[in-house]
Formats: sequence, C-alpha cells, structure tokens
Amino acid sequence: MLEIGTAFSAAFGLIIGLDADLIEIIALSLQVTLTAVLVACLIGFPLGALLAVGRFPMRNALVVLVNALMGLPPVVVGLGVYLMLSRAGPLGVLNLLYTPTAMVIAQTILVTPIIAALTRQVIEDMNIEYDELLRSMGTGRLSQMQTLLWDARYALVTAALAGLGRALAEVGAVMIVGGNINHVTRVMTTAIALETSKGELALALGLGIILMTLSIVLNATLMGFRRTAERMAYA
Amino acid sequence: MVLTAPLATLPLSAAEPFIIVQSTTSTQNSGLYDAILPLFTATSGIDVRVVAVGTGQAIKNARNCDGDVLLVHARASEQAFVADGAGVSRSDVMYNDFVLVGPADDPARLSDTTNVAEAFAALAQGETPFASRGDDSGTHKKEMSLWQNAHVDPTDASGAWYRETGSGMGATLNIAIGMNAYAMTDRATWIAFGNKSGHKIVFEGDEALFNQYGVIAVNPERCPAVKATEAKAFIDWLLSDAGQGAIGAYQRDGQQLFFPNAQK
Repeated sequence: MLEIGTAFSAAFGLIIGLDADLIEIIALSLQVTLTAVLVACLIGFPLGALLAVGRFPMRNALVVLVNALMGLPPVVVGLGVYLMLSRAGPLGVLNLLYTPTAMVIAQTILVTPIIAALTRQVIEDMNIEYDELLRSMGTGRLSQMQTLLWDARYALVTAALAGLGRALAEVGAVMIVGGNINHVTRVMTTAIALETSKGELALALGLGIILMTLSIVLNATLMGFRRTAERMAYA
Repeated sequence: MVLTAPLATLPLSAAEPFIIVQSTTSTQNSGLYDAILPLFTATSGIDVRVVAVGTGQAIKNARNCDGDVLLVHARASEQAFVADGAGVSRSDVMYNDFVLVGPADDPARLSDTTNVAEAFAALAQGETPFASRGDDSGTHKKEMSLWQNAHVDPTDASGAWYRETGSGMGATLNIAIGMNAYAMTDRATWIAFGNKSGHKIVFEGDEALFNQYGVIAVNPERCPAVKATEAKAFIDWLLSDAGQGAIGAYQRDGQQLFFPNAQK
C-alpha cells in the first residue's frame, strides 16, 4: 500500500532534482492562475463595490446571483468555455481552445464571482460607517465607490486570496479547455490528475504537496505585503 | 508588479507548426507518445499536441473540428466517423489486447474459464464486483459487446455488483483495486499502471479481446481550419517503417505494449 512517506520523498525528490518539466508546469500554473485572479480582481472589485453602494432595480437579485455563482462547478465552467471556444462554437475562429489563454478565461469566470461577492460584503459593511459622511460631503456614487475600495484595500487582499485558492486548486475547468497538453497546457492540477490515472499515486501526491507549498508561499507573501503596507500607512 | 508579470509572459501562438491529436488515453498513460512523438517532431519540425480523453470524447471533439488527427480504438465508431464525412480515411496503426484484471485470489474463478464469454458469464453468475468504465470510451464499447456475446445485461445490476465508474481507465483501475473488483483494461495501460496493489491479470488470450488502434485525418472540407498537410505528414509517418518501428520498439518492464500492423 501507498505510504504518505513515499509521497513526501517523491515531492522532495522532485524539488531537489529541479526537473525542467516540473518547473515548466509550476510556471504555467502560476501564469494562468495569477493572470486569471488579476483580471477577476479588475472586474470583481468594482462590481462588488457597485453592488454594495449602488441603488438600482434587481440589485438584491444580482447579489443573490453573484453569491450563488461562488459555487460554480469548475467542470460546468470548463464545458461552457469549451462550447464557446470550440471550432463548432461561436468563438471558434479565435483559435483559443487548448491554449493557456482559454484556461485564463475559464478561471477568470470561476474566480470573479468569489471576488465580487466578498468585495460586496466588505464594502457594504464599511459603507454603513461612511455613507452619511460621504453623502454630507456631496460625494457621488462613483467616487464613493473609489473611496471605499481604497480604504478597504487591505481587507480586499483576503478576497483576492480566496480567488487565488480556488483558481490554484481547480482541475475541472483547465482540464477541459486546456486539454492537459504536455509542454503547452499542463499545469499542476492536471498533472496530478494524469499521474493519478497512471496509478502513480506517490508521484501525484508529491505534486500535490508541492502545490500546497506553493500556495502557502503565495499566501504568506501577499499577507507580508499587506502587513508591511498597513504598518507604513498607519505609522 | 508581481501580478502584471505573468501577463507579459503568456506564450503567444508558437512559431513552430503544430497539430492537435484527439486521442484515447492508453497511448498517453502507457508512455507511448512520450517515446515516439519526439522522433516525429525531430524529422518533421511539427509539434504534436495530444489531448488524451476517452475514445468517445475524442471522437466528439474531432466532430467539433477541435483537432487535426484522431487516434482511437473503436473500429465501428471510427468507420462511422469516416462514413459521415467527419474524417478522411481510416488506417490501422497498431494493436494489443484487452485483459481482465481482478483480485489475486480470483473469487469468480475466471482463470478456470476457457473463453471470454464464459468469463463474463462467470462474473455475472458470481455477482462479483466489476468496475466498468461506463463512459462510452473504446474500452467501454468493447466491454458492452462482450457482455452481449455472453448474453448478459449487466446494467440490470448497476449499482449492485456492476459498478459504472463513468471515469477514465486509470481512475477505473484505482476504483477496482480500492473495492476489490474485477475490471477490463487494455494491456498497455495495465502494464504501465503503477498502483496494481494485489490485482493481477485473471483472464487473457481470447481472440475476441483483440484491440485495434486506428488513425484518421479530420476532414479539411468539413473543418476548414484543419492543418491537412501537417496531419497527413503525421499519419504518413505513423504508418511508415520509421513510425511502425518506433511503436514496436517501445517497451515497459521488458514487455512490448503495442504491435504495429499498418498495411504496407
């Protein structure tokens, strides 16, 4: 039977060996996921703020929808994006299927609702304190959103991290739209799925341990930035 | 700064010409592609990008024009693919065979049976757990035809002793091993499989277990984006002495996994 120890030694061996294929896979994982999270932040932050302070019809319904979309199954997103990008689909001419760009699109769709929903919550809570003050100063909705987003920036790091966690961990979407092509669209999670299907369980788990380590380092780095920035801001 | 760096480094479309092969999984999981594709790329300068899904999925993707070449193992579906105009023409590439794997103590006594119909009947009679792909893959299609030959409809027992995993070959083998069930697999995947645990081959050798792989170029008239020239170069190479020799030379644990049989 498989021993967890074997998995750790497999992980250790992979890191020590600094296998070129592994570095390529890690680099692509980071590229795809960080790009998707960045785009999702650019959409999700303003969208969340709009849902928090905006007053328009169907707002509550939209809030419910965005919250519900946090639970989007990656496979469904992958299938939807596949159908759009397939040659038989409406965007087939773009030639994007089985490319890292397709993976970024799928993960952006997956992550944006998470970031938007968490942003809305943060901004709405903050707006309870700010609303009267800002309106007494005659601030418009748009600059009110800007002010709130800026003041909430440290809390929003957590929203981005939640999105990052989701994107880094999912396999269903990138498997379908990326195709797990060696040296082209193979990322950490699809490599883990492949090794599992080959019955190489220790190697698969070893890759999983590396992915977890990567996630810890990313989170620690971003939290570190946040701490430093906060200290400088309030010093 | 940290977050903008990845945008700049996203690879644009590669300068090197490439084709996409929609493929069955056994050829990838067994390591065959890793062994032979670099040889083709070295001589032709064409990169081969493999999307390894089940045969059923590969055919559907190719029907959507999402590939230049189809390499699968379900002759009837392949012939239908060509007859429908989705593919140009079909060629035999190589073969191996299917085997039945199961627990080492072989509770259904499959090793005592003399042909595959008997073996499948013994499985049904003993109601011993059997893990089926259940995913419309080439292996699954083959398995269903073998049940039919044995005059058994296992889907009546679905959820009881007959367990449809709806997963790939490797995942199904992992499940079979986990619940001490029998399973049918192509020999290449089994030999290369790293998690055999106590399972072993309990039935093999019937002619009905023959497993033929075929290759088809996706029809450029139906799918204008298909890279017909590169696709033809790849298929020609697979069927050439060089390609056939590379397939025959590939071994795992001292065993040959695929036997080239392209027509001369």
